[in-house]
Amino acid sequence: MTDRVVRVAGASGMWGDDLDAPRRLVEGGPVDYLMLDYLAEVTMSVLQRQKSRDPSAGWARDVVGAIESVLPAIAAGRVKFLANAGGVNPEACGAAVLALLDKAGVRASVPVALVSGDDLLPELDALVAAGHALAHMESGEPLASVRDRVVAANAYLGSAPLTEALRLGARIVLTGRCHDAALAVAPFRHEFGWRDEDYDALAAGTIAGHIIECGAQSSGGNCLADWAAIPDLANIGYPIVEMSAAGDFVVTKHPGTGGRVSRQTVTEQLVYEIGDPRAYLTADVASDFTSVHLADGGDDRVRVSGARGRAPSGKLKVSIAYRDGFKAISSLVYGWPDAAAKARAADAIVRARLDRLGLRFETIHTEIIGAGAVHGALAGRDAGRDAPEVQLRIGVRDANKAAVERFTREIAPLVLNGPPSVTGYFGARAKVEEILGFWPALIDATAVRPRVELIS
Amino acid sequence: MRVRLLDIAHARSGDKGDTANICVIALREEWYAVIARYLTADAAAGHMAPLIRGGVERFELPNVWALNFLLHGALDGGGTRSLRIDAQGKVLSTALLRLVIDVPDAEALALALPPFTGA
Repeated sequence: MTDRVVRVAGASGMWGDDLDAPRRLVEGGPVDYLMLDYLAEVTMSVLQRQKSRDPSAGWARDVVGAIESVLPAIAAGRVKFLANAGGVNPEACGAAVLALLDKAGVRASVPVALVSGDDLLPELDALVAAGHALAHMESGEPLASVRDRVVAANAYLGSAPLTEALRLGARIVLTGRCHDAALAVAPFRHEFGWRDEDYDALAAGTIAGHIIECGAQSSGGNCLADWAAIPDLANIGYPIVEMSAAGDFVVTKHPGTGGRVSRQTVTEQLVYEIGDPRAYLTADVASDFTSVHLADGGDDRVRVSGARGRAPSGKLKVSIAYRDGFKAISSLVYGWPDAAAKARAADAIVRARLDRLGLRFETIHTEIIGAGAVHGALAGRDAGRDAPEVQLRIGVRDANKAAVERFTREIAPLVLNGPPSVTGYFGARAKVEEILGFWPALIDATAVRPRVELIS
Repeated sequence: MRVRLLDIAHARSGDKGDTANICVIALREEWYAVIARYLTADAAAGHMAPLIRGGVERFELPNVWALNFLLHGALDGGGTRSLRIDAQGKVLSTALLRLVIDVPDAEALALALPPFTGA
């Protein structure tokens, strides 16, 4: 068994993450691969909306700057770059990256691969006709109930096509929807030759990828434990996995960076956005998160060992977006004294006026920020009693766009004809937003055909 | 003895559709058993009832001193539909840590659990 380790760094945890993180990872110490996750569930819907307005949009544009910031290292063969920035338009993403390589004069020396095939929309009716029900994973409802409103359907690909892209020599791999962790698993498979049935190793890779897929959320960011004592978040080091061929790995960060890698920061991320920890399901493997042992060296190095995995389910998760009505949210700020009472009075006035207009909404929801909004009744009856100011936030949701639009006109008048000590009304007229509902489903893995293509 | 979860555990929460997940992690290894015994799915569901519509599932990860909770119907329809400021349930974690549990005095003293003296 070799002592060699492969270093994969989590350089982006979401679309909009720190633009400087990839460069700092590459310049701060040894890193073999950068993985950049841009796609939250919500992000896919946002990208779909952008693509519907502009056919060349629908991908995470931040990726171009990210590549540019580390392009010398990529061109020199020092680091490879994997990102799911393709979103719902991988082809347009690939074209933009090629344009960057052209501009830099390195297109010939930097092979770029596009992984697609996750987009099931063109064949959705054929899939349903062939018996793939694509029922809602939670409610069991058949897709037929929203089929005519579906605007996107993307399967979560596994690591195999990404691994193939690396085998073909790609230094930049751009994907659409894949499991976030696949962006880390593929480099490990490529380097160590893990096979499809090496379930323990694939589980280790998946768990490692899961720990770094949200970027600095495993290296001290958004960490509740001891949060005020975590040093120098301004200079936070993004997380790096040092993986061994056997599947034991270390989570760490570059020396001299801020943040912290500890049992606590790693555990908060390990158990983040998962369901049953004994069966974390991806296209590659059913990973058992209860199998791993964590050893905190106290030196920003946490050793993770013992990962176990089982055969995958044979199903892929599919994320479907469908048009689901409209919403708008408006807000105003009320100042002391009696700030919360004034906000509540204003809310009652708005509701009475909406009633008088005969407007009914599927949902109207009010929060008074500063007086128990995010924890509701759990914040206690006295929440916000003597607050210096509170924010009144009223939202409505309905299938009737005109009604939602009319609602947005009912907030600004309160500044002159409602309770006193009101401010913060610039932008009080909310934008009406079309809701893209999220419909998670499963499909037989055999019905999805990933594609890998070198495009440069 | 009354013990507040915030004083013996840390937590993080996030979303999957209309379901929120909250992981609750013991601050000390020896406190995990207490949390696992008293923070049942029913206890979490009862405490979080004002904020959620659906049921609560609980999973154990003794290897990392953690419990994982799935709160169904917790996000007003989920990230894109929700009208809440916390549409993705990012601060539901600390809402759960407000829970105060009753631990027999002898057990609490033996484990050096910090007493909660607030209301």
